[in-house]
Amino acid sequence: MSEHIISSKLYYAIWIALLVLTVVTALVATVDLGPFNTIVALVIATFKALLVVLFFMHVKYTSEKLTKTVIVAAIFWLLLLLVLSMADYTTRLLS
Amino acid sequence: MATAAITAEREHYLNKEYGIRSWLLTTDHKRIALLYLISITFFFFVGGFFALLIRLELLTPAGDLVQADTYNKLFTMHGQVMIFFFLIPSIPAVLGNFLVPLMIGAKDLAFPRINLLSWYLYMIAGVIYVHCILTGGVDTGWTFYTPFSTAFSNTRVIEAGVAIFIAGFSSILTGLNFVVTIHRMRAPGMTWSRLPLFIWAHYATSIIQLLGTPVLAVTLLLVVFERAFNLGIFDPTRGGDPLLFQHLFWFYSHPAVYIMILPAMAVESEVVACFTRKRIFGYNFVAMSSIAIAVFGFLVWAHHMFVAGISLYAALIFSILSYLVAVPSAIKVFNWTATMYKGSISFTTPMLYAFGFIGLFTMGGLTGLFLACLGIDVHVHDTYFIIAHFHYIMVGGAVMGYLGGLHFWWPKISGRMYPEAWGRLAALLVFVGFNLTFFPQFILGYMGMPRRYWQYPPEFQVLNVLSTAGSTVLAVGYVLPMVYFLWSMRYGKIAEDNPWGAAGLEWKTSSPPPTFNFDEAPEVTWEAYNYEEIPAPAEVHVER
Amino acid sequence: MLSDSPVAVEQHGPELLHHFVDAKQQRDAATLGMWLFLATEIMFFGGMFCAYLIYRFWYYNEFAVGSRSIDLKWGTINTAVLICSSLTVALGVRAAQMGKRKLVVVLLLLTIVFGLTFLGIKSIEWYSKFEEHHVPGRSFNADDLVKAYPQIHIDPQREQIFFSLYFAMTGLHALHMIIGVGVFAFLTYYAWKGRYTPEYYTPIEMGGLYWHFVDIVWIYLFPLLYLIDRKPLG
Repeated sequence: MSEHIISSKLYYAIWIALLVLTVVTALVATVDLGPFNTIVALVIATFKALLVVLFFMHVKYTSEKLTKTVIVAAIFWLLLLLVLSMADYTTRLLS
Repeated sequence: MATAAITAEREHYLNKEYGIRSWLLTTDHKRIALLYLISITFFFFVGGFFALLIRLELLTPAGDLVQADTYNKLFTMHGQVMIFFFLIPSIPAVLGNFLVPLMIGAKDLAFPRINLLSWYLYMIAGVIYVHCILTGGVDTGWTFYTPFSTAFSNTRVIEAGVAIFIAGFSSILTGLNFVVTIHRMRAPGMTWSRLPLFIWAHYATSIIQLLGTPVLAVTLLLVVFERAFNLGIFDPTRGGDPLLFQHLFWFYSHPAVYIMILPAMAVESEVVACFTRKRIFGYNFVAMSSIAIAVFGFLVWAHHMFVAGISLYAALIFSILSYLVAVPSAIKVFNWTATMYKGSISFTTPMLYAFGFIGLFTMGGLTGLFLACLGIDVHVHDTYFIIAHFHYIMVGGAVMGYLGGLHFWWPKISGRMYPEAWGRLAALLVFVGFNLTFFPQFILGYMGMPRRYWQYPPEFQVLNVLSTAGSTVLAVGYVLPMVYFLWSMRYGKIAEDNPWGAAGLEWKTSSPPPTFNFDEAPEVTWEAYNYEEIPAPAEVHVER
Repeated sequence: MLSDSPVAVEQHGPELLHHFVDAKQQRDAATLGMWLFLATEIMFFGGMFCAYLIYRFWYYNEFAVGSRSIDLKWGTINTAVLICSSLTVALGVRAAQMGKRKLVVVLLLLTIVFGLTFLGIKSIEWYSKFEEHHVPGRSFNADDLVKAYPQIHIDPQREQIFFSLYFAMTGLHALHMIIGVGVFAFLTYYAWKGRYTPEYYTPIEMGGLYWHFVDIVWIYLFPLLYLIDRKPLG
């Protein structure tokens, strides 16, 4: 898929970033941010996932638009399931 | 090109190797298609057998043929066998497997061994399900609704769930194979806009298989866990929500109906173009509408749950979306019809099925619009109106598409012509039998006869008798092709490469094709459906 | 003319399957196939995430208490273990690109070690849940949690739903890890045998994509299961 050979230094940097973010997310969970705890946790998780996808899985270096389309489509479909189901659950008591 | 003279001398995919190992270990997509053809035909008759028993029971208002519990098993297994072991695989696994590589100019699918694995998964699933039938069956309704399936049913729910779980992976792998093949293995010159609409529709079908089936799989897994370990995820007395099951189940099972109909629409496009000798009107619209159906089909699932207890606001949203999903299907119907305008129509067997398809699919689809309307659905939900609606689409639509496709490509698959007169007779019997079976059910449902009941008030009997009578005619119409297709393999007229004078790469290779499909790699320089360049065959059908 | 020979005959190694035109087509097909498979896996786990989302929305207190009862220390360590395994996988693919056979074997073996470590820690966590009677089923008992958090009113039956989802989701993830370890065992063996070259290392790349995906699932499971509510109780 990618002929470009990524430097091992970059991999180590991503690795460190992921470990740091793991510690950060665990620590932040112990601080009371009200409703933002969940949001912060998910944002950090998403950022970590992006690092893995873009660098470890080489998506940043691929010229293949189809790969990105497949990823976006899968996430979109999952969101369809979650959002439309929640459309029911969040409005039941309003009926 | 090989002449039609003596097929035995020329080597092709059927005579290249003999022996059971060469079939059971094949990676040739054409042989795998035939393996599927045999298996799904078997399951079609298993499901049909259950249907026969249902219709026999319903001849009389009293429950006098079988007990109520048995009747529950009959309609459950009829539904599960027909949907998971016949309809979902049918066209993609038989015609799709056979034709996708041929139509795009490839030597095989992208992953031939995974293709064989798909068939084995299907067979393992089938064996498990047959074992389930023989050891007591399952009575939850094909929809496995909780908490009955998880906490109360005394039948073999886990076994049925496991079987369908495995069959789901067969479906996923087939979809994966098709998408990769269509993206990566088109012959030089075969651009996206030159693809037959059959390919576009199978591509859309594969997207649904890939993205929807896993949700069914995990849902069945949860049902199996709940039943096996006595959890409470779907048990309302323990804080669970039965509707969660329904949301997850229908997230797949609604798009599943598009898995079943899109391939039939694929066949429709090819057959209509060939027997009107014209390019399909509005090629781009038909191609894009297939993709639209695949996407929109995922937005409407809770229309199966309007009276289940979802919020009114959610119901409103799903109702509007359900109206919208009809639009791309309607676009296709308009385009097929417009293709016929000023076309040169031949009333061959495939074309008869195609006509039947357009009419019956339209009726089924329009009644779907009735059901999208909340006010009507409250009245007819869980009645025979629903049963008639989906049988018009699944049987009047999908099965007729399958039969039409089998007849159309039979010369290519087997190297023989089927007997045309018998083909037309069977098509007619199917059409008449179908309408006699299912039209009365619209009326019955509207009058209030509930579905899944094994007895009914006496005033419904006449219509039920008509329906059962129709089903016997339909059964004859289904058995006939089995008989004459088999007959044709030995005694049928030997087919030329292109007996219909059809467009498409599959018709440029011999009938049957060689194992690697083409003697020389094709290079495509023409548009799809270039009927103005293809001479019509001198006589379309000789055999009587 | 016999047509049982491949249409495009060219010089190629045994790894080029004959229905492909060239090695690039084969590699591109494998890559697209693996990404599509990962898309199906997103939907497969997604169904469970949907169940989780709905019950967390409904039974937040029970989910919060259940989350506190699983060990944050082990969860964080396991997250780190998987991140290390993703590093070794990425370096392993890179080593394969450069044809460094021995390095590939070492890195793939390390990946397996990390994977097994993860599974070992998971077993420890599950076993402690078993001892605390938090495994759903006949012997489930959440009275200890009810007593431990008197200020939060929780219903033991709803608590069982949390644990059902906890075991279902981590169980499904662990199953994928086991399969991953198995796949990597094969990859390591073939790498040691010298099957992979800078021209052909597709299986390692594909195995890597799968492994990274399983890591990403855990990246989401960690906050969703372990970090629901870790605020100090006051």
